[in-house]
Amino acid sequence: MAALLLFVSVSKKCVKCKEAPAALVIRAGDAYCRLCFKDFFIHKFKAVLGKNRIIFPGEKVLLAVSGGPSSCSMLRQVQEGLSQKANKKLRFVPGVAFIDEGAAIGQSVEERQRTVAELQAVFQATGFPFYILPLEQVLDLPASVVATNPSPSEQPASAYKAAVHHFVETDGSNFPRPQEPKKTLLPRVQESHTLMLQQLLGSVKTLTAREELLNTLRQHLLVHTARTEGYSKLMLGDSCTRLAVKLLTSISLGRGAQLAQDTGFSDSRYGDIILVRPMRDYSAKEVAYYNHLFTVPYVVIPSVDTKTVDKASIQRLTESFVTKLQTDFPSTVSTIYRTSEKLQTACRKRSGADGCDRCLLCLCSLDTAVEAASAFQATLISDQLSGSKCLRGSAAETPRPEPGRPESPPLTAQCCSSAEGRGCGRAGSDGGCCSSAKLPETTRLKSLLCYSCALTVRDMSTVNHLPQYILSEAQRRQRRSQMREEISDFLLDDGDEGN
Amino acid sequence: MAASIAIHLEFGGGAELLFNGVKKHHVTLPSQSEPWDMKQLLVWIQRNLLKERPELFVQGDSVRPGILVLINDADWELMGELDYQLQDQDNVVFISTLHGG
Repeated sequence: MAALLLFVSVSKKCVKCKEAPAALVIRAGDAYCRLCFKDFFIHKFKAVLGKNRIIFPGEKVLLAVSGGPSSCSMLRQVQEGLSQKANKKLRFVPGVAFIDEGAAIGQSVEERQRTVAELQAVFQATGFPFYILPLEQVLDLPASVVATNPSPSEQPASAYKAAVHHFVETDGSNFPRPQEPKKTLLPRVQESHTLMLQQLLGSVKTLTAREELLNTLRQHLLVHTARTEGYSKLMLGDSCTRLAVKLLTSISLGRGAQLAQDTGFSDSRYGDIILVRPMRDYSAKEVAYYNHLFTVPYVVIPSVDTKTVDKASIQRLTESFVTKLQTDFPSTVSTIYRTSEKLQTACRKRSGADGCDRCLLCLCSLDTAVEAASAFQATLISDQLSGSKCLRGSAAETPRPEPGRPESPPLTAQCCSSAEGRGCGRAGSDGGCCSSAKLPETTRLKSLLCYSCALTVRDMSTVNHLPQYILSEAQRRQRRSQMREEISDFLLDDGDEGN
Repeated sequence: MAASIAIHLEFGGGAELLFNGVKKHHVTLPSQSEPWDMKQLLVWIQRNLLKERPELFVQGDSVRPGILVLINDADWELMGELDYQLQDQDNVVFISTLHGG
């Protein structure tokens, strides 16, 4: 049996050129030789960008590089694609952003500086402008990050072709040239900020919620950087394997409604900045092999779940599940991936155009405004029964009462004189009128969050350590919502509220 | 009687974290009656090189799922996986494709 196996595999030729000996098995049984693999890898990158036609010539695109193999491979593909000698050159203007998360894993300042220096050398070699962002910078973000911005007007498909044609005609001379990389000094981080960040992460009780929170903060920081530096697209380096794991994890975390945006090729939840995932066609194995063969530099940086056991978090467990299944069934990842391609976001036209119908943390549409007999309502009721002794908390926890909705339960708050418990918010004090001041703030926040973000927040012992921009935006929305309710009788409905 | 053979080992993608951060190892496998194969190499690595958390590298007879193994820059699936017989000066690379180590 072993001899037969040896005979079959040694004589395997590349399925593409049928001449050279095969070097790598991709997917279920396709063996490629080294050169065909290289062509296949490079071609796939350009094909996925060309097929989706979302990046216009001359556009500024920010590459989010974590230092890991996928994102560094993406960086190399962009480099190669832009180089003069490439046929079918890529045509956008890249920049690179790296987030230094050393604080999250308790690295010392020297360790962080070492890692940053290593990556800085890699970035400098590319010649693109780069930004080193310590994660502590999330504490200083403006509230505009979580406010919804209007999306750029939908460009018809013909606009892309016209833009390309124009670019080729003018020889690209009108478009911004890649900037000279400015001398970026490694930003100094105040120790107090590091402590605040660690305090925030320390207030999260489970690793699952901590990973989710880190993800959210990371995205906010990247989007903010893209906005301030004038980039209109953000490229993320998630590989196919990573996204397959993310898909299953998201379902476990209650993010089913946001799957299409979390794992799709393009994600327009931030409005003006579009997130793009060009590496989603590459399995982790392909990336690892390419990086090894063509010495793509990358830096291994431990993360919060490095060297943890399988059951440490939902993310880890799912990753372990998928990778184990993949060894015996090599089409696992691609099947999950194909399924994710079929997902679409159900568009629900909401009348609230002021951004009140988006989750405060993940900026996806709120999925919590559902009818009385839903599973979500059942979880809320069981929460109320087992949870806080302050009934005012439960008033805030029900879905935002909307004008004309008969079934929003008007629970009378016992410890607050105004019928709508959030009246306390108007005075500016947070939860001051309720004796058990801890809980109400969390429950108030939860009404602004989608189901899974609410679960993440629930795993936090206190929300007070959240960065200021989140808390102030939460207050702003609550005040608006409260004000809206007060004048609801005087508002003209635009018809879809059952008037 | 097989002579002792020299093997070049490389660990990447985070797998090196289990080997004190050392990526390249040049080892000499002692001579023994049968030729060395990959299965025996894994046992040898676990006994002599692996510094911590063996379950993050080895699972049963084989490597943990998610670790890519290359023998002379070719996928070990094409070389017979665990049954491949090692030869002198072979280059074996273990690349982890997972987050956690």
